[in-house]
Amino acid sequence: MITPVHYMLLSAALFIIGVVGVMVRKNIIIIFMSIELILNAVNINLVAFSAQLQNGIGQVFAIFVIAVAAAEAAVGLGIILAFYRNKETINIDEMNLMRS
Amino acid sequence: MAQAIAFYFIAACILGFAVLVVTTRDTVHSVLFLVLDFLFVAALYVLLGAQFLAAIQVLVYAGGIVVLYLFVVMLVNLKRPPEAHEDPHRRTKLGFGLAAAVLLELGAIAVYGSVNPAAPMPATPAIPVSGNTEQVGWLLYTSYLIPFEIASMLLLVAMIGAIVLAKREL
Repeated sequence: MITPVHYMLLSAALFIIGVVGVMVRKNIIIIFMSIELILNAVNINLVAFSAQLQNGIGQVFAIFVIAVAAAEAAVGLGIILAFYRNKETINIDEMNLMRS
Repeated sequence: MAQAIAFYFIAACILGFAVLVVTTRDTVHSVLFLVLDFLFVAALYVLLGAQFLAAIQVLVYAGGIVVLYLFVVMLVNLKRPPEAHEDPHRRTKLGFGLAAAVLLELGAIAVYGSVNPAAPMPATPAIPVSGNTEQVGWLLYTSYLIPFEIASMLLLVAMIGAIVLAKREL
């Protein structure tokens, strides 16, 4: 029998994989994709509890998370393009323009 | 039984493709693994009875966001991959250590939650519709109308912001 604990463990594992991707990789596009993995982990949790509690509120919040993820991807990729046009790199270690 | 087999298969695929997304050197391959990952998450939503959200996941994530990523990967045209040169100031071990700290935190929350079980939720008022899509639509247009409108404003602002950022000159 699959309980919510199984879904929470899956969600936590996916979240940790995303956190490792954010912390370890240097390519900022892959860091953005890791953030999408983290948001998906949160959505799995929300939908699992929505199914457990027999109401649709968790699914509504998952829809809001997807909308925010779409907005974040659009603005973030716009920033990456603008940065690449100026500096010819997407290495996160070279993104230190704001450092004095 | 069949549900358990489906869950374990889908969970193994989700985690395996997520590891591939994070570890693959080639960014285009990483994006393609991300599509597969999103499709298996949509299958998990179907398993949980959230068919509307599964359709949204396929349409918005696998269809929209990933195409955006692919366009950016093609546009930036990496002559020199970021991982090629070493930065002496970068501490990868510290990154793994911080991720392990997050894992410990999650474990602590899980242990605390199993020691002190939460009070049972009050029964939610019944919704006068049946079916997953009707249920979600009913909630979106009654209890969550203002967040729904704010989300639409957020998407509009993000769209304008992305256009302004990506334009060469205004």
